[in-house]
Amino acid sequence: MDISNYLYLSIILFTIGSLGVLVRRNAIVIFMCIELMLNATNLALVTFSRINGNLDGQVASFFTMVVAACEVVVGLAIIVTIYRSRRSASVDDASLLRN
Amino acid sequence: MRTSNHLVYLIALPLFSSAILLLLGRIADKWGHLVATLVSGSAFAIGVSEFFKMHSQTGADRTATQKVFDWISVGSFKVTGSLMVDQLSICFVLLITGVGTLIHIYSIAYMSHDKDRRRFFAFLNLFIAAMLLLVLGDSYLNLYIGWEGVGLASYLLIGFWNQNPVYAVAAKKAFIANRVGDVGLSVAIMLSFAQFGTVSFTGVAEGAPHASSAALTAIGAMLLLAAAGKSAQFPLQSWLGDAMAGPTPVSALIHAATMVTAGVYLIARSHFIFDASPTARMLVISVGVITLLFGAIVGTAKDDIKKALAASTMSQIGYMILATGLGPVGYAFAIMHLLTHGFFKAGMFLGAGSVMHGMNDEVNMRKYGGLAKFMPITAVTFGLGYLAILGVPPFAGFYSKDKIIETAFNFGGSKAGLIGCAALLGAGITAFYMTRVFVMTFQGSRRWETESEPHESPFLMWGPMVVLAIGSVASGYLLSSGSALVNWLQPVVNASHVTHEKELLSPNTISGLALAAVIAGTSLAIVKYRRVSAKAPTNVSLPTLAARADLGQDNFNDRVLVKPGFAITRALLVIDHSVVDGAVRLVGWVVQEISDVLKKLQNGYVRSYALMMIVGVFICAFTLWAVTS
Repeated sequence: MDISNYLYLSIILFTIGSLGVLVRRNAIVIFMCIELMLNATNLALVTFSRINGNLDGQVASFFTMVVAACEVVVGLAIIVTIYRSRRSASVDDASLLRN
Repeated sequence: MRTSNHLVYLIALPLFSSAILLLLGRIADKWGHLVATLVSGSAFAIGVSEFFKMHSQTGADRTATQKVFDWISVGSFKVTGSLMVDQLSICFVLLITGVGTLIHIYSIAYMSHDKDRRRFFAFLNLFIAAMLLLVLGDSYLNLYIGWEGVGLASYLLIGFWNQNPVYAVAAKKAFIANRVGDVGLSVAIMLSFAQFGTVSFTGVAEGAPHASSAALTAIGAMLLLAAAGKSAQFPLQSWLGDAMAGPTPVSALIHAATMVTAGVYLIARSHFIFDASPTARMLVISVGVITLLFGAIVGTAKDDIKKALAASTMSQIGYMILATGLGPVGYAFAIMHLLTHGFFKAGMFLGAGSVMHGMNDEVNMRKYGGLAKFMPITAVTFGLGYLAILGVPPFAGFYSKDKIIETAFNFGGSKAGLIGCAALLGAGITAFYMTRVFVMTFQGSRRWETESEPHESPFLMWGPMVVLAIGSVASGYLLSSGSALVNWLQPVVNASHVTHEKELLSPNTISGLALAAVIAGTSLAIVKYRRVSAKAPTNVSLPTLAARADLGQDNFNDRVLVKPGFAITRALLVIDHSVVDGAVRLVGWVVQEISDVLKKLQNGYVRSYALMMIVGVFICAFTLWAVTS
């Protein structure tokens, strides 16, 4: 199988993720789309690692995972807090930095 | 060349006392005037002792120097804070401290009702210190400090009663006119540094014979501008009349006897420049002649006794400036006239002050009349000064002014006759306006309207007047007997060649002519002013109107300098508001418009930010691809 197919998959996933971020209003869904973009990137990095025959891309994807884990924690905490204060998870409702 | 250790005290004492009186404030009110007078007297004592020390020496040892401190020492350029006293300086030292002390004494009584008398005496002492520095400095730079110092003291004293806005304006006017002259002096200092690499008198004197005539003429013209500012000479003469706003002792000391003669000192001190530049000398002569006639004409129409005397001062200093322009022998006569003038003019100013004291500060001579009966001492002392300024033999002015007229006639060259006639005419007009002042004040019938009778001034006031009157009588004879002053000053101003190549007129003829002019002026004035009305007549001739308006000096300054100055300022203001402010406002407007557009992007919607980021990433990626491929 041609290795470039992995890159195409990565591009498709990234596009789906970014479109999701742009068109969806629900903060949880947007969040999931962001995760999708991150994993698409990871896939691309691992593929590049494979193509180049070294481990750089794989190391970078580990970093991405760690950062993504942290980001999930912080992001979810923010979303929950916003939901508590506004009774809504829509990002368009949270357009002002005040109540 | 001797060294002397006492010169610095001459300046330090009055300066210190002035600082003390100003810093202590009201505590010193009770005794401040006594301290100031004592200090001035001690300065006079030091001056006298210096004079006798100098007199006992011969040759170059008559010049004494004292190095006080190193001032500027940069590479080859060295200026030391050094003092130098020579035959020329000592004349001034004695005049300044002597007349100064008399006027201090006079002021004790004159200012006794003023609650700021202590401040007045502090300023007087400041003036004495600055004036002594002016004449004792051994370089142009040291002289410049004193030059500025007397300008400051003059400003402070003219505006002493600055609660009156008119007086405050007069003080500013004097200061600004002096600034114009001061610029001349600083340019002259820079030029002489550029030309000779030094600013000390001896250094410049050594270099002057080798310098180009253009440079010397430039320096001479700048020095003349400085002298014109300080000595109220044409074209910077307009401030002196208004300077009479100051208390009368100030007018006597600063604006008659000493400070206004600093210009004469400057030119006499810089004789090496003027000796080497006939063009500069011709400029000096022109300024002197114009001013001596200008002042005399203005003096004929003034009803304010102090302004009439101020115009006379201007005219008499014109004589001195004229004499300094006449070459080596002229310097000595200029200084002689300066000294005699110091006596008689200070005496007359004190007399005027005494009259004002007795007349509730009335200065209008049309409100005087017949005061000789009420103020006999003032009338006699004023009268002696009056005879001295007229040049009646054997009073002081006869010896000094006739010599100047004589020197003018025998100057040589085509213009000698013209200069001599102008000086002679000036003497005639002097007689006219001084007689006018004397007759209107002391003779005729009473024209004052107040109930209280005028009274003679106290001893503290008439004492100094008597001393100055004695000086007005005797100084001329003492200074000229055996050419005493000419011989005394000979080593300094190089007045050795007292030879007239061809005498245009003999001395006796000139004295006769001068006396005739004086008699003509006097009789005319007596006939015209025997009876005067208490109100100034309005239907007067055109020349009188012109003289009353100071020959348009203020109008001229107003039209030529002040109005265009205002116009330029206004134009600059418009440019500032439109161009400079406009540019700044334009920048602000552009930024505001751009931000009005850009702020629409900051809408708070997360998804629009996300779109911007993604678009941005795509743009970056595309650019990167376009650049690298």
